[in-house]
Amino acid sequence: MADLSPQDLIRRSASSVTPPANKLPEVAKMIDVSKCIGCKACQVACLEWNDRREAVGVNTGSYQNPHDLTANSFTLMRFTEWVNPETQNLEWLIRKDGCMHCADPGCLKACPSPGAIVQYSNGIVDFVHENCIGCGYCIKGCPFNIPRISQVDQKAYKCTLCSDRVAVGQGPACAKACPTRAITFGTKEQMLKDAALRIEDLKSRGYKNAGVYDPPGVGGTHVIYVLHHADRPELYSNLPRDPKISPVVEIWKGVTKYAGLAAIAIFGAVGVLHHIVAGANRVSPQDEENAKRLKEGRS
Amino acid sequence: MAVPQREPITVTRYTASARVNHWITAISLVLLALSGLSLFHPSLFFLTGLFGGGESTRAIHPWIGVVLFFSFCGLFFRFFRANLWDHTDNIWLSKVRDVLGGHEENLPEVGKYNAGQKLVFWLMSILIVVLIATGLVIWDQYFSAYTTLDQKRLGVLFHSIAAVTIICVWIVHVYAAIWVRGSIRGMTQGSVTGGWAWRHHRKWLRELVSGGPKE
Repeated sequence: MADLSPQDLIRRSASSVTPPANKLPEVAKMIDVSKCIGCKACQVACLEWNDRREAVGVNTGSYQNPHDLTANSFTLMRFTEWVNPETQNLEWLIRKDGCMHCADPGCLKACPSPGAIVQYSNGIVDFVHENCIGCGYCIKGCPFNIPRISQVDQKAYKCTLCSDRVAVGQGPACAKACPTRAITFGTKEQMLKDAALRIEDLKSRGYKNAGVYDPPGVGGTHVIYVLHHADRPELYSNLPRDPKISPVVEIWKGVTKYAGLAAIAIFGAVGVLHHIVAGANRVSPQDEENAKRLKEGRS
Repeated sequence: MAVPQREPITVTRYTASARVNHWITAISLVLLALSGLSLFHPSLFFLTGLFGGGESTRAIHPWIGVVLFFSFCGLFFRFFRANLWDHTDNIWLSKVRDVLGGHEENLPEVGKYNAGQKLVFWLMSILIVVLIATGLVIWDQYFSAYTTLDQKRLGVLFHSIAAVTIICVWIVHVYAAIWVRGSIRGMTQGSVTGGWAWRHHRKWLRELVSGGPKE
């Protein structure tokens, strides 16, 4: 969407930018899973604000609908029913899935198209669709499996953290719609403080492993979770325990890229050098004569 | 000394259909390299301009790959017999200094293809199989549902490594054709001079002259 100013860019895919002298304060969306009631108001608000529609789905015995993130649904409530072995209580773990807005975004690292993915100094990672070529490299770069390619225009879509709203001082649509304030938005500093208070409260109520999810493997995220079982994030529909950009992607976008071009250049240069040193390999008149004799001798 | 006023004899090296087959493959390979490199390194993204922009480059590249695959299959079945490895190929390879120095008098007599050409043939064959297989894995528009994300990540890594390798093999192939003067006409006009065959592929020339096994 790119509604924030180009001067606020700190990263731009397949190109370099001069980091701004004055950085915006880092923002974050805090999703308090312990407060979520699974009403999906956030999903609706997201579709509304972004003017997207989802086709009517099929019930497969879960409240989860659609079944996965799509090019229209940038956010999705993922429902897990889990029996806590310590208490024998059935716990309904509902996690609002979507882009985490990593400080070290794998999508941006993988993107081959200049300016199709940008990162603003406030931490928002945004897709600029006019530059997107639909290659799907961002999907391979993402440690959370978030971006989706639209079958309509073959471009990649994901949560923008409502960059267009944030640019004019508003919070994201999902946070605005949440009836229990499970989704809140503010500076990252403030959100971490709020999270600490929530964790203290949860611990006082017996959730001794309550904690914040702000994974350092991707440099921290600008969407953070408060989890009652922060020691087991995978309980929440396989939230990765220690997300990182895949080493395969690092090799592909690191050493392969540079060594590959170097190898091609070396092969070309060796060819030129060899020709200078050895000269052309020419057929001599003697060779032609020998061939003729061979032919005449036999025919 | 030779008698220079006589026209050199010529021998047929490639039929018209083999040449058409080769040049379809060659053009495809060059287009694939240009479009692939444009998405491989940001400094080469400008090459997408040759294909009408980034989006159309992304859309066209895999289709050219399909053309190349089937076209190369034609070349493979035409040429694989003549490229089967022979014990004299090991001797030829062991004398790499004479090869690079152009001292062919020190090398064993060569059939239709020398060991270097055979290596190019088999490397191209293997790499094209790797490229089409990994290419399908990352052709998200049609095949994204058939593989996992981790498989796609490996697919794109091996696709790029195989692509870089095949470009290097291609440089060797093209350079050899330029360095060994008189080779290119074999693939353009279809014939080479008798002297060329005598110098570089004497065993093949003997077979042609004696009407023995041809390929």
